[in-house]
Amino acid sequence: MITNTRREFIKKATALSGYSMLSAAGLLNLRLAFAEAINFEALPMDLILQGVLKGKPVLDSDKIHIKISSSADNKIPVPITVETDLKDIKSISILVEQNTVPLVATFELSPALEPFVSTRLKLMRTSFVFVLLESNKIFYAAKQKVTVSESGCGA
Amino acid sequence: MSSIKIRSKRVNGKTELRTLITHPMENGLNHDKKTNELIPEHYINTLTITRNDQIIITSYMGTSISKDPFFIFMLNGGTEGDTITLTWKDNLDNSDTEKHTVV
Repeated sequence: MITNTRREFIKKATALSGYSMLSAAGLLNLRLAFAEAINFEALPMDLILQGVLKGKPVLDSDKIHIKISSSADNKIPVPITVETDLKDIKSISILVEQNTVPLVATFELSPALEPFVSTRLKLMRTSFVFVLLESNKIFYAAKQKVTVSESGCGA
Repeated sequence: MSSIKIRSKRVNGKTELRTLITHPMENGLNHDKKTNELIPEHYINTLTITRNDQIIITSYMGTSISKDPFFIFMLNGGTEGDTITLTWKDNLDNSDTEKHTVV
């Protein structure tokens, strides 16, 4: 009797796990489709960059002003402010090279908005913070290094 | 109580929008202190702000945004009585909306 139920249990369990695997695969597909447009996956930086840039060229610009402290603690959110003098900015993307999920956020701004955004980030390790501004034909880029102290007792 | 707070301030013909959302923004790497199990991912992935039913900001974000996300945006112009609506949606399909009138 016990073996019977156990057998049934195993049968059910395997059936269930098969089903969950299927659904997981479905979810994965969905997530991949989602990632194609906006890439919030734990992937290396260069792969994410390809997805963000969509084949447009990148130009370094000194007209982007990133306001972020150069040192930070591990567990504390870091405020960042991005401002620019450039015109016709369609979107602002913020990336942190060493985070598990490098792309922090993409803001698609309509012409009714100033090219300005301020938010708070999580930083896991000492890393470069990249800002990419999308205009009609090219991306403008700027970066700044932030040192993260592991212990949390300041620098 | 709503999870969203919106404040606006008019400076030199521009309108500053400050938004604060209460959300755990779990990145799936933290452990529960009592049971030592991984806390599953739970984060906002889409945020939309409209002004008078016109979309002005669409934002996509990942788990690298801090807990209780805070944003400042600058609106060109903006007059008294404009209705600002903020909507967020997270990866577990929760969502919330809040309306705010510029004063």
